[in-house]
Amino acid sequence: MDHILTYMTFIPIAGALIVLCLPSNKPDWIRWGAAAATVPPLLMAIWLFVNFDRTKAGFQFVEKAAWIPSFNIEYFVGVDGISITMVLLTALLSFLCMFASFGIEKAVKGYFALFLLLDAAMMGVFVSLDFFLFYIFWELMLLPMYFLIGIWGGPRREYAAIKFFLYTLAGSVLMLLALLALYFHQTPHTFDMTKLMEAHTTYSHNFQVIVWLALFIGFAIKIPAFPFHTWLPDAHVEAPTAISVILAGVLLKMGTYGILRINFGMLPEATAQLSYYCLGALGAFNIVYGALCAMAQKDLKKLVAYSSISHMGYVMLGMAAFTPQGIQGAVLQMFNHGTVTAMLFLLVGVIYDRAHHRDIEGFGGLASIMPVYTGMTALAFFAALGLPGLSAFISEVLVLLGAWQRYPGLTAIAASAVIFTAGYILWTMQRVFLGKANEKYLSLPEISGRELFTLAPLAVIVVVLGFYPKAVLDLTSTSLDSLNALVNKFVL
Amino acid sequence: MSIGNLASLTYILPELLLVLTILVVFLADLVVREKERLGEIALAGTALSLLSVAVAAKSPECWLFSKMMVQDPFAVFFKVLFALSAMAAVWMSLGSKEIKGANQGEYYGLLISSTLGMYFMASAANLLMAYLALEFVSLTSYALTGYLRHNRRSGEAALKYLIYGGVASGTMIYGMSWIFGLAGSMDFAQINAALAHGDANKLALFVAMVLTLAGFGYKIAAVPFHMWVPDVYTGAPIPITAFLSVGSKAAGFALLMRFFYPAMSHLGADGNWQFIPGVDWPQLVLVLSMVTMTLGNLTALSQRNLKRLLAYSSIAHAGYMLMGFVVLSNEGLRAMLFYMVVYYLMNIGAFLVVMIVANSTGREDIDGFRGLAWRGGAAPAIAMAIFLFSLTGLPPLAGFVGKFYLFAAVVRQQFYGLALVGVLNSVVSLYYYARIVRTMFLDFPDGTETPVTLSLHNGALMWGLAAATLIMGIYWAPVIGLADRSLHFFMG
Repeated sequence: MDHILTYMTFIPIAGALIVLCLPSNKPDWIRWGAAAATVPPLLMAIWLFVNFDRTKAGFQFVEKAAWIPSFNIEYFVGVDGISITMVLLTALLSFLCMFASFGIEKAVKGYFALFLLLDAAMMGVFVSLDFFLFYIFWELMLLPMYFLIGIWGGPRREYAAIKFFLYTLAGSVLMLLALLALYFHQTPHTFDMTKLMEAHTTYSHNFQVIVWLALFIGFAIKIPAFPFHTWLPDAHVEAPTAISVILAGVLLKMGTYGILRINFGMLPEATAQLSYYCLGALGAFNIVYGALCAMAQKDLKKLVAYSSISHMGYVMLGMAAFTPQGIQGAVLQMFNHGTVTAMLFLLVGVIYDRAHHRDIEGFGGLASIMPVYTGMTALAFFAALGLPGLSAFISEVLVLLGAWQRYPGLTAIAASAVIFTAGYILWTMQRVFLGKANEKYLSLPEISGRELFTLAPLAVIVVVLGFYPKAVLDLTSTSLDSLNALVNKFVL
Repeated sequence: MSIGNLASLTYILPELLLVLTILVVFLADLVVREKERLGEIALAGTALSLLSVAVAAKSPECWLFSKMMVQDPFAVFFKVLFALSAMAAVWMSLGSKEIKGANQGEYYGLLISSTLGMYFMASAANLLMAYLALEFVSLTSYALTGYLRHNRRSGEAALKYLIYGGVASGTMIYGMSWIFGLAGSMDFAQINAALAHGDANKLALFVAMVLTLAGFGYKIAAVPFHMWVPDVYTGAPIPITAFLSVGSKAAGFALLMRFFYPAMSHLGADGNWQFIPGVDWPQLVLVLSMVTMTLGNLTALSQRNLKRLLAYSSIAHAGYMLMGFVVLSNEGLRAMLFYMVVYYLMNIGAFLVVMIVANSTGREDIDGFRGLAWRGGAAPAIAMAIFLFSLTGLPPLAGFVGKFYLFAAVVRQQFYGLALVGVLNSVVSLYYYARIVRTMFLDFPDGTETPVTLSLHNGALMWGLAAATLIMGIYWAPVIGLADRSLHFFMG
């Protein structure tokens, strides 16, 4: 299994090329062809999960090759405990979302080719260890996403697509400047992330702070953190179901992953100084703000979108704490949010396909019409709420425990937001599923086998990680402990 | 080594071949009935000239015609670019509906004459030679712009171009007379020797440079000498617009670089240039660069005619390229050379697609592109998207690499403010480029549009340029190597 990460990244691109060559009048060939292209990466991800050495903090499965020697740009990939969780999540969601996309009827070939390109770019972001390569993949994601929202999205798709595009590009060009500044600071100049991490002591204080902030804005737009979050509800509401899943499940994680990998790893001193306001306080604010916004929504999908903002706030708060529990809780929360929100968006898609609207007030009594669907939704909603026994509970508690040791005030605010979360989730459950069945929807068909197939693996993970979080924590703990130790050297 | 007049003739074989081509075109015009043959003759002649440029690249560097001209890698680089621009313009003319009519002999003759003038601009080593070459290019361009005799906009554009060009070159020659007065010579090498020590009156020198810049600035379309660009680009036949936007602009840059670097500055051992001490010239160009790109991009936002939009975008790109000029380093110059190659690919490509659509529909406004991808024009639409996103500077396209090198040079010399303005401009430009993409892909045809057909002739060039744009976004080492080797001025 040499070059496993390269295969995982480029098999979807090969799949996209094959899909482009299939005849347009055979949409089923295209659908199954595209789905088949996501199987090898998933199998390889499982192999990685089994064979990953959990005792090593450094990078594993490393590959390195010269790319543009005159500028010292390399093809350099590898995974450590932080990125492997994201690689697993990406491979899993890419696979499931292909099946969630089978209902797409318009320009099928273009949709699946772009989707596979998006898969490859996401995988590339998480495995890249060359900053230039990382940036290429980061930007490569924008183009397919723009078209996927813009062509296959809802009524305001054009607005949502360009808004997403502009916001993300604005963030990433700042990242470009930061990466150039870091590059030229080294002798010899290098984009090698491992070398950039070793060089963290050589920067002047002002340089660190400016570069840190430039990177942070780029990543905060992706998370998205207040006040850069306004693209998210628009993009989510307009995007087709599978794209919303990818957006919430994987793309948002790139923001926090980038902060951990780059801001923490390369600029630990600035991280120690700036984290209280930029990550901790902002994170706590996001938790409360997202929950309050979610409570005010009438559109089910928008509610889930705002809940994402709230849940990503936990990730920010957790990593700002610089405690082992906090940072591990943060990464676990990234993974759990990926699975739970993916379920929620898939479930919203299921009901939207049937009723053609997502108005929370427009349903009622669905529990008696679609019992299996209701059960599945209840599981996802309770997981999002942080019910003990389900995965998100563990990560949120870890975050709060970790954060309490350093920022008791912020933690109190964040913990109290759990009430709001419970509020909007239970209230939504009540309005959609309980009460008298809506006459209009008595004949809605139950959730289909294909839809259950996309949900079941996620449900299993949500339940299993609720009892056995060690499956993920074991992967991450060694790498995160060493990262945490690095930052803690600079914490006063 | 300086060579006399007769001996120099052997060194200017590429120029002589162009002269021969012009004569053959004019003579053949008298006898050939199918006027397309004239275009093919022009194409073949330019190709021959390109070949001989490549051969001449091996001959030693020297002064020609008693130091009126110079033979060095820098001149060779630009001659190759001009020959390629002319070939693309001829190729486009052969596939254009605008260029049908009785006057094709004059048209192709003028086009090649203009190319000849550009050759001289690239190798001019004397103020007089520079002025004559620039005027030669201008005069032929005026006639080419007004070629559509029965089109009022074409005539208006030619007149505006003429008046504006007359004023600009008058200002320039006045500035040159000051320089002659200060340096006592018109020869670049002697000007350098006379001024390098900074003994000349600083204010007089500064004024002389500003006046001279009017001529160069007008050729490269930099603010505030850009006023002619929108009208001329809109009025001229599309192949000529493409030719002016790439060839003429590159010629202006060639002269600008040779005049302000080897003639006015001094190359240090570290690859950085020292400008004449005491003259705050780079600061002025820095402001010009910022204003040029910002004004170009902001004005482009509201354009509906695509030729006009691309005209403003070409102003903005002049601003980006000037960034490399400001930093006074070989890296900046290398980035400019590289960017010109990239700009050639994507800008000619974009104009080509405009021409393909105009051929079928007779429209050049953005509404003529509505739903292009969904009414038989998928190929031009995809190619256009590649060119436009490359112009924006998104990876993995060549335009990103070009901008990357420019920003790298700027960040290297720590012009952070300029870099920030540059990247934010890229974000602004995304909006109007993406608007075209949106119209082509995200809007659907309402059934009233004329279908767009793609001829094999135009398709070949289009896919060639698109493929090059894509490939150079992934592997560009040979081209950057070429730019590196070409960055050598012969200074005696």
